[in-house]
Amino acid sequence: MARAPRRPAAPPPAPFLDLDAVLADRETEIVICCGSGGVGKTTTSAALALRAAEAGRRVVVLTIDPARRLAQSLGLGELDNTPRPVLGIDTTAGGSLDAMMLDMKRTFDDVVVAHSTPERAREILGNPFYQALSSSFSGTQEYMAMEKLGQLHGQPGQAGGSAAGRDRWDLIVVDTPPARSALDFLDAPEHLSRLLDGRFLRLLLAPARGPLRLMSVGFTLVSSAMDKVLGSQIIRDLQTFVAGFEALFGGFRARAASTYALLSSRHTTFVVVATPQRDALREAAYFVDRLTEERMPLSGLVVNRVHTSSLAVSAERALALAEDLPEEAALEGEALRRHADLMRTVEAEATLLDRFSGSRPQVARTLVETLPTDVTDLETLRQVGALLAQQD
Amino acid sequence: MSRASRAGLASTGAAPAPPRHGLHIVSGKGGTGKTTIAAALACALAVQGRRVLLCEVEGRGGIAELFGVAALTGDEERRLTRTPAGGHVHGLSIDAEDALLEYLDTFYHLGLAGRALDRFGAIDFATSIAPGLRDVLLTGKVYEAVRRGPTGRPGAYDAVVLDAPPTGRISQFLNVHAAVSGLARVGPIRNQADSIMEMLRSATTVVHLVTLLEDMPVTETEEAVQALAPTRIEVGSVVENMVIPNPLELDALERAAAGAVELAVPGWSPAQNRALSAELAVDAARTLAQQERHLRLTGLGLPLAAVPLDPAGIDEAALFTIAAQLRDQLALEAA
Repeated sequence: MARAPRRPAAPPPAPFLDLDAVLADRETEIVICCGSGGVGKTTTSAALALRAAEAGRRVVVLTIDPARRLAQSLGLGELDNTPRPVLGIDTTAGGSLDAMMLDMKRTFDDVVVAHSTPERAREILGNPFYQALSSSFSGTQEYMAMEKLGQLHGQPGQAGGSAAGRDRWDLIVVDTPPARSALDFLDAPEHLSRLLDGRFLRLLLAPARGPLRLMSVGFTLVSSAMDKVLGSQIIRDLQTFVAGFEALFGGFRARAASTYALLSSRHTTFVVVATPQRDALREAAYFVDRLTEERMPLSGLVVNRVHTSSLAVSAERALALAEDLPEEAALEGEALRRHADLMRTVEAEATLLDRFSGSRPQVARTLVETLPTDVTDLETLRQVGALLAQQD
Repeated sequence: MSRASRAGLASTGAAPAPPRHGLHIVSGKGGTGKTTIAAALACALAVQGRRVLLCEVEGRGGIAELFGVAALTGDEERRLTRTPAGGHVHGLSIDAEDALLEYLDTFYHLGLAGRALDRFGAIDFATSIAPGLRDVLLTGKVYEAVRRGPTGRPGAYDAVVLDAPPTGRISQFLNVHAAVSGLARVGPIRNQADSIMEMLRSATTVVHLVTLLEDMPVTETEEAVQALAPTRIEVGSVVENMVIPNPLELDALERAAAGAVELAVPGWSPAQNRALSAELAVDAARTLAQQERHLRLTGLGLPLAAVPLDPAGIDEAALFTIAAQLRDQLALEAA
């Protein structure tokens, strides 16, 4: 059975990620939880927010599409794109907790309304391109999460943001959208700037403005190709949309740039969330490498749903014992077989985690063992918070 | 929908009949193992000389890693494996930019103009910046691969399996052409979007949802079934993945879960026996919870298949095992 050769000496254990210290540091104003889908990002964000609030921080947690029961446990039965106080938390340390769920279309609409004349806003909100962009296309969520983060942090010039944001909260915990890749969230501002600065958009705008200053061989080719591919009606709608939106673009770009600067500053820290599985750890590795490359502030890695056993009996030994049991000890046999499966899982996870830490020894981490129940109330969230903060 | 009547047509020929569905779309909540199930499904469909294409659209290289081969790049449709049942599985990692250039070239013969579009940033705009256009291009490429089959074009496949985006985005992903149809009232893009939507809604297409028997994935599966209903795209089955096998009777499970079982492994200390009993209690509670979630899924009225947890991890041999399990449990038009 023992087909795995003896492992070389295990790498030195990863440094411990002390999340209590991260949350207690008043310089930390934004914590961003990222990672691939299904690793418990929303739960981790909520548990960190709750723990920080009960330690005295004034916290708002921005969550995107949480499981409904978790939303209920936070008192978020009614969600309307506005932070709502979470009841039932311990406020003796002077902290508070608000929570909100991002409504991407509403956030987009608010930006349009706040930055245009009422007439312009009506025109944009009614444009079919705007409607498709703001509601049914994926990718908009990342832009809007950024926009909302900027608002909550109270950057000057934000729609709905102001000094009020800073007074109300001193810590924002962000649960990133369930994106194609965790990196999409980071790329959103860059994409937006490229979109706004792109020659393509200027090209689209040009015909709507009369004299074709851009006229050239390339331009004629492009516009006739676009006519051919898209048809003239779609181009007209697109031009109207782009023209109507142009006034908003500058503001978008400025805010995206300042949000990105904020993300790179010492006031922000990223927490990468994973489970001890190949896919999740690979995605986490991409993210860690990217943050390191761009010198963005990384706290470390949270590994959720780690299996453990307090019974130091190997899988092989347990199976051998199960075979030798008398017939009537059926339950013992089944328990031993299940223990063997558990030990195999424990070993497989340990190997994957060792590999991660071996290749990225500087990344601090904390392990959260797998819970027997779902996280659906404040009490269980508190337990998760305690496990997050506990040295393994 | 005349799925049943169309389904019967294929099964009369002497050569292995083509599968009932030409396009299998596999989705599931993140972390449920949908890439594994998509790959196993492709293997299950690849019998008796059939050619099956397994596509991924999220650029993660999950397929190549699963089959232990070099990363799939560009528009290559490389053979990944020959199945024990005598079919072939090919792999394709669909890239939005390639898909757009190919689309422009095939439908509009835009040689020079295509390059001009590229220079003006239109390709970049369309594939990475304009939110959502990616999805249009990705499904468009899948459409092209599926259509090769019935029209007998070179490189035809008997079936295409798509490792699709997670359930949270699946109805958006698949309905993206409806959004385009709303924008483009006439013209070539409209026609293309309409044809793709027609194929997705036809008897050719079927969606499989992968879930774990845990609360959140099951809830997401129920929500995905609801969200897909208005798109009129058929959900064909739900695959319960990583199920803990359980030979115990309900009564024994309940006693164990309640902590009322005191195990006595001969030669073990009381502490060891207590630890083992505690592990069994946690496991039994989880198994009971799984059974309750299985019941919830039964309520969907869809065919269910269960794939047991493999603690040793997934490699090619494990994929063939899962393929056999899927064939046995789903009336997969395989044999």
